[in-house]
Amino acid sequence: MTSTDFYYITEIVTYICLVATSISLILLMIRAIKGPTNPDRAVALDAIGINLMALVGLIAILLVTTKLNDIVLLIGILLFIGTIALAKFIEKGVIIDRDER
Amino acid sequence: MHGTNDLILRTATVLISFILFAFSIYLFLAGHNAPGGGFVGGLMTASAIVLMYMAYGERAVSKIIPVNYRFLIPTGLLIALLTGAGSFAFGEPFLNQTFGHFHIPLLGDKELATALLFDLGVYLTVVGITMTIILSIAGDRE
Repeated sequence: MTSTDFYYITEIVTYICLVATSISLILLMIRAIKGPTNPDRAVALDAIGINLMALVGLIAILLVTTKLNDIVLLIGILLFIGTIALAKFIEKGVIIDRDER
Repeated sequence: MHGTNDLILRTATVLISFILFAFSIYLFLAGHNAPGGGFVGGLMTASAIVLMYMAYGERAVSKIIPVNYRFLIPTGLLIALLTGAGSFAFGEPFLNQTFGHFHIPLLGDKELATALLFDLGVYLTVVGITMTIILSIAGDRE
């Protein structure tokens, strides 16, 4: 197998992964909009963020660049904080407590 | 309501918020030749502070970081304006920028640009506006 074949196969696999991630994003979007309960929506939004990180990583492979690595980390951090805020809102109804406990 | 058990969140916040501050400084210094800059760095700093607010509550964090975020907005805008007007002193057009290579001990040959000072103004403004909006919404009483 020559190196040209290798790059060709890598590109095909990356495109297949992009399509699979996009289908997963659409399904998660349906779950986030019509999910019966609020925890369903929280989990769906969390998974949407993870899929976005995968999408950015795949696009970084396609474009052959390392500039997008920071973006993956950035999405991960914002996703973490958003998930904490959603979880705290579902559990307590208030995100930033005002009173000392 | 009974007290919630958020020991893991509080312990992890101590570590994670400092990682976020370091990442925001990295993003701030990586600007104008790579992804990053004052805006994203400011947003990262604001999210680190918001994480501390979420874990420890408003009163504790206000004691740790006694900063009135409203004063950061005019300070940042003033820094940005002064760096823009500073190019008049050298007979250049408004907001003109320059850069040079300097040898810094321990760091080696680094490129320093005057755009970094403008980015500092953007950074302070973004932190001020984001924290003002979030704390105003959080402090809203029924």
